[in-house]
Amino acid sequence: MSQRILLSAKEIDIILHRLACQLQENHLDFSDTVLIGIQPRGIFLAERLAKMLREDYRIKNVKLGSLDITFYRDDFRRGEKTLQANKTKIDFLVEDKKVVFVDDVLYTGRSIRAALTAIQSFGRPQEIELLTLIDRRFSRHLPIQPNYKGRQVDAINNERVNVMWKENDGEDAVYIVEKV
Amino acid sequence: MSTLSVDHLLGIKYLTKEDINLIFETADHFKEVINRSIKKVPTLRDITIANIFFENSTRTKLSFELAEKRLSADVINFSASQSSVKKGETLIDTVNNILSMKVDMVVMRHPNPGAGIFLSKHVDASIVNAGDGAHEHPTQALLDSYSIRERLGNVGGKNVVIVGDILHSRVALSNIFALQLQGANVKVCGPKTLLPKYIESLGVGVETNLKSALQWCDVANMLRVQNERLDVSYFPTTREYTQQYGLNKKLLQELDREIVVMHPGPINRGVEITSDVADSGQSIILEQVENGVAIRMAVIYLLASKIK
Repeated sequence: MSQRILLSAKEIDIILHRLACQLQENHLDFSDTVLIGIQPRGIFLAERLAKMLREDYRIKNVKLGSLDITFYRDDFRRGEKTLQANKTKIDFLVEDKKVVFVDDVLYTGRSIRAALTAIQSFGRPQEIELLTLIDRRFSRHLPIQPNYKGRQVDAINNERVNVMWKENDGEDAVYIVEKV
Repeated sequence: MSTLSVDHLLGIKYLTKEDINLIFETADHFKEVINRSIKKVPTLRDITIANIFFENSTRTKLSFELAEKRLSADVINFSASQSSVKKGETLIDTVNNILSMKVDMVVMRHPNPGAGIFLSKHVDASIVNAGDGAHEHPTQALLDSYSIRERLGNVGGKNVVIVGDILHSRVALSNIFALQLQGANVKVCGPKTLLPKYIESLGVGVETNLKSALQWCDVANMLRVQNERLDVSYFPTTREYTQQYGLNKKLLQELDREIVVMHPGPINRGVEITSDVADSGQSIILEQVENGVAIRMAVIYLLASKIK
């Protein structure tokens, strides 16, 4: 198994600031907007962005939730393992809100498909956008594209993109790992 | 550990501690789901479940059916009173006929102990035991432990007394297994006539005095007096039973701390428990019912994910 670094901590920081600015461009003071981190790995990025918007850009009302898509996935009973759920925490209404899904890697698009179904259980959003740190283009199974993306990569199918976060994995970095 | 060690839920005695933890963690997520404004997830849309009840049941059947529907499974219901069982069909034939309609899972209640185990050996479907005679009622025990965990934070190390008709009770047996597996201390309490002879061999304490049992416990699980099963007299009168083994406010107030009161339902108000206790803040009877749906969703989800 060989791995190479795609993004360093410094590059990730620059990208996060750019994404935060792009979000503000479209959502201004976030009064009608909510950020939803997709479990399990999207929540770190969502928390990072929310913190940055609150502290570095002085936006008071950034609403943040986390959405688990396990029960909405389309590969139930297809793998060997039982799919284990994570916590969903959305303590506000998404009815008529602008929802921004936040996930670390966009690959086949199936997780986002599931998230689009799952969010309906919390109301009817006015619109839904997608923000992702890494966009693996050319590997989509569904017609889903991000509105905001950190970096586009052309990783091939036997490669994995691993996004690491300081609060969970000890460092900020993105690696491309070749599976044997 | 992310898969159950069993393919069927036949009784608590076949489960491991890890299985119970996995069921509880999964139930936590489903409890969040059933408290949303839209209480349904599409997970089991390609699974068909038959609820086969050879014995009367209201809340268990409702709870299972609701759990199945909230997971988007297709559900068929069958009760023995309106079926060919009356015409002499055997259990295996009845179930195989249902399965030939492409059913993946069977939830069964049956008056004979071991009916689920027997069925699991002869038919090709996942079996969930919803009560087999006086043997086991695993989902009830799971939801009872889950409710204790929710109220007290943990089951391990807690003292639990099960009061009433232990002899005829599948709830008692499953609860004993489940509580011991999680490290709780269990005592049973009731008139001698309603305690099975060798119950101590399961490692539970026996207490015939309700007052001292209550002094000892953190949780009292009050079982129903099952009049329909008491074909001979096990105690002189209901009134005498109530005087000795009925739980009332006065008994609770005499204790030096607050204990948790449970009841698997349906309640005989004024017999095993008085209304003021059943409706008090110490009682978690209605939480048990709510948790029942989440627990059954978890069990069905985890078993269904093993169907190939």
